[in-house]
Amino acid sequence: MKEVESKMLERAKVLLESGEVARVIGWRKGAFCHDPEPASFESVDELKDFVYDYFCGANLSKYLIAESKKEGKTAVFLKPCDTYSFNQLVKEHRINREKIHVIAVECMAKLDIGKIKAKGLSAVTGVEVDGEQVKVQTLYGEAVLSKTEIVLAKCATCNKTHQVKDEEIVLHERPVRDVNRFAEVEALEQMTAEERFKFWREQLSKCIRCNACRNVCPACSCIKCVFDNPQSGVAAKANDDKFEEQLFHIIRAYHVAGRCTDCGECSRVCPQGIPLHLLNRKFIKDIDETYGEFQAGESAEGKTPLTEYRESDLEPKDVLKEGK
Amino acid sequence: MQEITTKEGFVPNIVAFCCNWCSYAGADLAGSSRLSYPANVKIIRVPCSCRVNPMFVLKAFQRGADGVIICGCHPGDCHYVTGNYYTRRRMAMLFSFLDYLGIERDRTRLEWVSAAEGAKFSAVMNDFVAKVTALGENKKLSDLRVKEGE
Ligand code: SF4
Ligand code: SF4
Repeated sequence: MKEVESKMLERAKVLLESGEVARVIGWRKGAFCHDPEPASFESVDELKDFVYDYFCGANLSKYLIAESKKEGKTAVFLKPCDTYSFNQLVKEHRINREKIHVIAVECMAKLDIGKIKAKGLSAVTGVEVDGEQVKVQTLYGEAVLSKTEIVLAKCATCNKTHQVKDEEIVLHERPVRDVNRFAEVEALEQMTAEERFKFWREQLSKCIRCNACRNVCPACSCIKCVFDNPQSGVAAKANDDKFEEQLFHIIRAYHVAGRCTDCGECSRVCPQGIPLHLLNRKFIKDIDETYGEFQAGESAEGKTPLTEYRESDLEPKDVLKEGK
Repeated sequence: MQEITTKEGFVPNIVAFCCNWCSYAGADLAGSSRLSYPANVKIIRVPCSCRVNPMFVLKAFQRGADGVIICGCHPGDCHYVTGNYYTRRRMAMLFSFLDYLGIERDRTRLEWVSAAEGAKFSAVMNDFVAKVTALGENKKLSDLRVKEGE
């Protein structure tokens, strides 16, 4: 990753110095080794804080909505999964493609600090990844963990490839793995309605309505959002312990149905650890099974499943019957 | 018209979104033909079934509906040509999602009822209300935020 980082840094310097771009969107060092943050670099000087490592899980594509409105060109580093969000935003006319220079960067899966902490490690000061082994340095010593167990949920089942690039910095290919991203959704489908309700009530009751999942979601890019409208009845947290935030989550998941690229950002940012990707993946699975396979963000053109139809489409009751 | 109630006195609240051109006329025909359907059914007339934003369905549940049914013209007969095809996809996805969250399947329904199908309208409503009555009150989706203020 260090090699990749230095190549990226080098490239960013050239682009800024030559004036080809006015800014570069990347990641900046955080207070700790595990919290780098998205940042805009406008000069070579600012690049001293640039970082690209195993904790750079954030998807930078949504920032381009604002950046592509500014003067001059913007360069951005996009991981494979981020390019789907990018395409989707171009398709929805939210990003001005002409003003963006996409540098595709390799990923190799990112780590989840929450999962590392859950292994009993605290005060993490650094990690060294060697294939499947992750050496975690902490103030209290070192530990070796298995990478599969500590990657972000979105990376665990990802086989995505770059869909857009103006240039690329890819030194290693991540091997294609045999994974079923719908396994957890299928397990839920096998349960009875009561068991499912119990599962979701336990999960969604944890929601503190911080709105982080909405704010980070590249598909949630409306200028005016129903959740900010005090008249909507769903603007704040419900004073209800039965199934507190169900409507917020149903509305949000439905609103991004057919547009959600499965980038996994919602689950990554949720401070309460709610597996939000299981909501969106249900829609993705249903759409795939009912209307034919569809991957949002694969292309920046064409219709989405919920904005088209076929005369032979199934009736809702027949969709429900299908095996579930 | 009579309301269907259970022994315990549970009167389900049913919201029926009916399109202006077919199903609402179908309901009218049911009425003028003296075919009965339960008084629990509150009809909301919409220009087309595709006017029913999935949010409307959720809002109805949030405000205490025990079942929500959407009725439109038969596929191919939409007054606006293709509206109901979109409805079909939207509702198929919404109903399946509600089922995934553990909301009983019988609380939601989509039916095609033409202006000439008064008998079908009455039969569908009787059947739907009976099913929702059997399920009992919808506690899973009702929401205090809305109920308290009213
Ligand atoms: S809903 Fe979640 S997975 Fe889907 S696009 Fe939004 S943040 Fe990404
Ligand atoms: S990020 Fe998590 S806690 Fe915050 S609003 Fe979304 S689901 Fe709720």
